[in-house]
Amino acid sequence: ESFLRHHYNNLGLPHKKRRASESIEIEDRLESLICRVGEKSTSSLESNLEGLAGVLEADLPNYKNKILRILCAVARLLPEKLTVYTTLVGLLNARNYNFGGEFVEAMVRQLKETIKSNSFYEAVYVVRFLSDLVNCHVIAAPSMVAMFENFVSVIQEEDAPQVRRDWYVYAVLSSLPWVGKELYEKKDVEIDRILNQIESYLKRRQKTHVIMLQVWTAEKPHPQEEYLDCLWAQIQKLKKDRWQERHILRPYIAFDSVLCEALQHNLPPFTPPPHSETAVYPMPRVIFRMFDYTDAPEGPVMPGSHSVERFVIEENLHCIIKSHWKERKTCAAQLLSYPGKNKIPLNYHIVEVIFAELFMLPFPPHIDVMYTTLLIELCKLQPGSLPQVLAQATEMMYLRLDSMNTTCIDRFMSWFSHHLSNFQFRWSWDDWSDCLTQDLEKPKPKFVKEVLEKCMRLSYHQRMVDIVPASFAPLLPVNPLFVYKYMDESSSTLPGYPVTIAIHNAIKNRANNEEILNVLKDVPNPNQGDDDDEVDSFNPLKIEVFLQTLLHLAAKSFSHSFSALAKFHEILKALTDSDEGKLHILRVLYDVWKNHPQMISVIVDKMIRTQIVDCAAVANWIFSPEMAHDFTRFYVWEILHSTIRKMNKHVQKIQKELDEAKEKLEKQHRRRDSGDEDDDKNSDEDGLLEEQIERLQEKVETAQSEQKNLFLVIFQRFIMILTEHLVRCETAGVDSNTPWYKNCIERLQQIFLMHYQIIQQYMLTLENLLFTAELDHHILAVYQQFCALQS
Amino acid sequence: MAANLNALHSDSYIDISQYRDQHFKGNRYEQEKLLKQSCTLYVGNLSFYTTEEQVYELFSKSGDVKRIVMGLDKIKKTACGFCFVEYYTRGDSENAMRFINGTRLDDRIIRTDWDAGFKEGRQYGRGKSGGQVRDEYRQDYDPARGGYGKLAHLQRVADGRQKY
Repeated sequence: ESFLRHHYNNLGLPHKKRRASESIEIEDRLESLICRVGEKSTSSLESNLEGLAGVLEADLPNYKNKILRILCAVARLLPEKLTVYTTLVGLLNARNYNFGGEFVEAMVRQLKETIKSNSFYEAVYVVRFLSDLVNCHVIAAPSMVAMFENFVSVIQEEDAPQVRRDWYVYAVLSSLPWVGKELYEKKDVEIDRILNQIESYLKRRQKTHVIMLQVWTAEKPHPQEEYLDCLWAQIQKLKKDRWQERHILRPYIAFDSVLCEALQHNLPPFTPPPHSETAVYPMPRVIFRMFDYTDAPEGPVMPGSHSVERFVIEENLHCIIKSHWKERKTCAAQLLSYPGKNKIPLNYHIVEVIFAELFMLPFPPHIDVMYTTLLIELCKLQPGSLPQVLAQATEMMYLRLDSMNTTCIDRFMSWFSHHLSNFQFRWSWDDWSDCLTQDLEKPKPKFVKEVLEKCMRLSYHQRMVDIVPASFAPLLPVNPLFVYKYMDESSSTLPGYPVTIAIHNAIKNRANNEEILNVLKDVPNPNQGDDDDEVDSFNPLKIEVFLQTLLHLAAKSFSHSFSALAKFHEILKALTDSDEGKLHILRVLYDVWKNHPQMISVIVDKMIRTQIVDCAAVANWIFSPEMAHDFTRFYVWEILHSTIRKMNKHVQKIQKELDEAKEKLEKQHRRRDSGDEDDDKNSDEDGLLEEQIERLQEKVETAQSEQKNLFLVIFQRFIMILTEHLVRCETAGVDSNTPWYKNCIERLQQIFLMHYQIIQQYMLTLENLLFTAELDHHILAVYQQFCALQS
Repeated sequence: MAANLNALHSDSYIDISQYRDQHFKGNRYEQEKLLKQSCTLYVGNLSFYTTEEQVYELFSKSGDVKRIVMGLDKIKKTACGFCFVEYYTRGDSENAMRFINGTRLDDRIIRTDWDAGFKEGRQYGRGKSGGQVRDEYRQDYDPARGGYGKLAHLQRVADGRQKY
């Protein structure tokens, strides 16, 4: 008798209620039993699977649909336990042929759904699950081969985007480590034909996008391969090894005598759903490698980069992170209890996979800070070994900074500084003293400088002085102090000085806006001639006098500065009415807080949110000649990307309001159609809503236009400064590939990558207006790489 | 069609804790409702010397920070080791609960918890001596939080006098 029945017999509820809540209880129990099988247990995996198969078989008469749903879900959502569940399904199929058939059908339906809903990663797991079911005698090998043949036929589709073809090829290739041997034994001719078709496709597909996605541009010590190329090499090697694969845990082997008695099912014929405009295929990837067998000094050897073992290990570790990223302790524990861990240098694989995700371009799969915290948990669980591997990794990445993509350097720097702040900033800085002899713009000293600046933000200036050797002083950040132009008597000859005193007093005496504006009237305008009548024209000195004094009074903390901006919002808005005004306020802000980039960043944020400046002004300011010397500093790009994100969020917000209003109107119409009596009331309500919708529509259009303008400004400015640089170098006959140039061109790439979905809307404008054929080919190449990403 | 399994989607780091603000104006149900929608976090175990800037830097790692209110000693009006961090979105604050709670700021493990929302007056410590309640009763010596707990401090002073 099922031990579940024993469980619900104890509920002691009245009969009817007992039936309903019994049902839910049992369903929850089923879910729990199925999800937990394969986890640490006092019994062997085989006996747990045997037991569970028995329980489920007994519950099939009453809970078949629920069991089907749960099994389909684990197939899709727990790919790291693939073979555990295929074995379970195999055992169920051996006991109940019909159930096996229904499960296969449900899985094929699920495959269609995941593809149609753009859940392509889950779709791959479904395909892989189906292929491993061949090993469990649930699905007949020839029908699996037929499905693969259908997948590969997508290659021949005319006008299919390359990313579509790529996915179908990937789905086939990435299943072969599990089922290659079995399929080849039964259908070698067909498999060879499939492989040949794939090979010729891979030879002719374009790879313009690869360079944009590589973490390192150097080929040594590990080439950063495009993901399909790497997988192909791994499958070729697997084939050469006669499809012998020894890493994957295969519980079904122990049940072979039972399973081979089972009747197999044929997969229903599967036609790949046609391409549609709404399909969003996965972005191409580059395989991140930083370790090889020479790096793990003792213990098990790391499988080679083209071994199928490497593929399987990496896949499984990525899947574990995907399943458990929200719970760092569980995630760390699951990673460290990877089955078969004694045969591989697991810590190295884990560290490599984590950095692969952190550095993934365009974006990591999960929020950056998750990886920092996960690594800290891993260090806690393996204090004797993991910190050393992490230190080794850090050292390696430092050594290779010269060829590291700027975006990845940003992430490396952010991770490292946050990590150090959890370990009292202890680091062997002396090991990096080689960077002290280099030009400060070179990647290594630049990296150390930015790390120390970031570390300071998490602590304070003196701490930084204390933690580094004295020789590192040139790389230390400056003390983040306010720079007041009108400091003391010595500045009394500066124009506007008396007004600063008056403003200072006015503010301290809680004067109102009118009084302050009166005081400001006395500021002469350096731009105006004596006979110029215009009182309200842009007066840079007025802005300077007011803002310097105000920010000086509020310099104590962020809160003080925010209060000041809020209190005098009206005045600031009046002063920055023009574009020149907006640009100048940013200049003054920089002048006073140039030692405290974090303060600049938060004040710019507040100014945008309170509409004292707009996004385009910030972009223009960043690209202005005055900011050229800080152009390669991290904080500048932090500000620009934050500005773009605010713009994007603003558009999204208004779009959402519009959609909601439209929905509301539709609901109202539907209600009326179903016979709501009050016609007058209806038309009134409609009128109000329609008005609101019209207003929102306008707002959306304005916002979208502002957003487009922002990107155009940014791209224009990039093109200008890059072209200038290239022309200057060509004329002077010097190499244009300076550290500044590498930084700048990668920043341009970064704009494309970080906001690619939005920028895709502007392709036509970009192509016709900015990225035309006359452009220097270096700059045009970035645009072409971007186009190649989703083609 | 396919189920999304409850068992698989554990997200325990964002659960609300057992703490309920005794000064909250409203009943338990109302408080819990607010906690479950809140974008504001209480942050505890800060050093008295931790600045708003440091809190901004750390908590910005999970999203854009809308506002920080530093906790103050009610009498001295100086920092007393806690603060409130408010985000623009719930999602950003959830990530802070998952990835910043239980990590270090100024070398101290800080603790974050959901807060029903900042109201004027809540920035002050509720201990009799002006700081936080926990600093009234603790027995250990913590240089970053004013040394000994208030009661323990008074006890030591009394002991000191007795020795003469």
